Amino acid sequence: MKVRYFAWVRERVGKAEEDLDPPAEIATVHDLVAWLARQGEGYAYAFENPGVVRSAIDKRHARADARIAGAKEIAFFPPMTGG
Amino acid sequence: MTTTVRLQREPFDAAKEAAALARGRTDIGAVVTFTGICRADENGEPIAALNLEHYPDMAEAEIGRHVEAAFKRWPLLGVSVVHRYGRIAPGEGIVLVVTASSHRQAAFAAAEFLMDYLKTHAPFWKQVEKAGGKTGDKTGEKIWVEAKASDDSAADRWAPTKRETAS
Repeated sequence: MKVRYFAWVRERVGKAEEDLDPPAEIATVHDLVAWLARQGEGYAYAFENPGVVRSAIDKRHARADARIAGAKEIAFFPPMTGG
Repeated sequence: MTTTVRLQREPFDAAKEAAALARGRTDIGAVVTFTGICRADENGEPIAALNLEHYPDMAEAEIGRHVEAAFKRWPLLGVSVVHRYGRIAPGEGIVLVVTASSHRQAAFAAAEFLMDYLKTHAPFWKQVEKAGGKTGDKTGEKIWVEAKASDDSAADRWAPTKRETAS
């Protein structure tokens, strides 16, 4: 799956996107965040407060308990500040 | 009904967009135009500009979903939303919402609903480019704008549960 990062999540992770193949037991957005946070210092920093980071699955907002099976693209970003 | 959702780097002309929405129509009795404008300060500190990052493919879809929800909720005849990204200087428009209806109530309410949702649900992130402040901040220093709890509560008041109890 493609994983994309925006705003300060992107800056902390150090890249805008990447292709990832998480282990099969990673079932939800929450699981993916916990797994990502273990992938290095930048990731740990980006996801240090997992309650803050928002997510989207295939360009729709998704909650932490949303299942990621079949997702083509998952995005992580801070609370939005548009408008 | 007419719907336009557009993301662009360039400035927009609010009057032109509003005129385009109502052109050639005699059923429209009310047009509400809201423009969000870049201020020259953020939390009392002078800023040089705002930089808006966005999630291109999702932003358009997300705004479209809220426009669709507005059409379901109010008797609208047209909606245009233009949201800019990239560098925006103080005094320039950031976002434009134009709503058209036969009567004003629907146009006012839908414009407010759309703005409240855009602020909290459309994937855009503002970054302030500082102009050099009193506390020794460096000119050009970039800081992400933090989301406001007041924006969340503004969007929450349109939530379906509250709507049902209110109507």
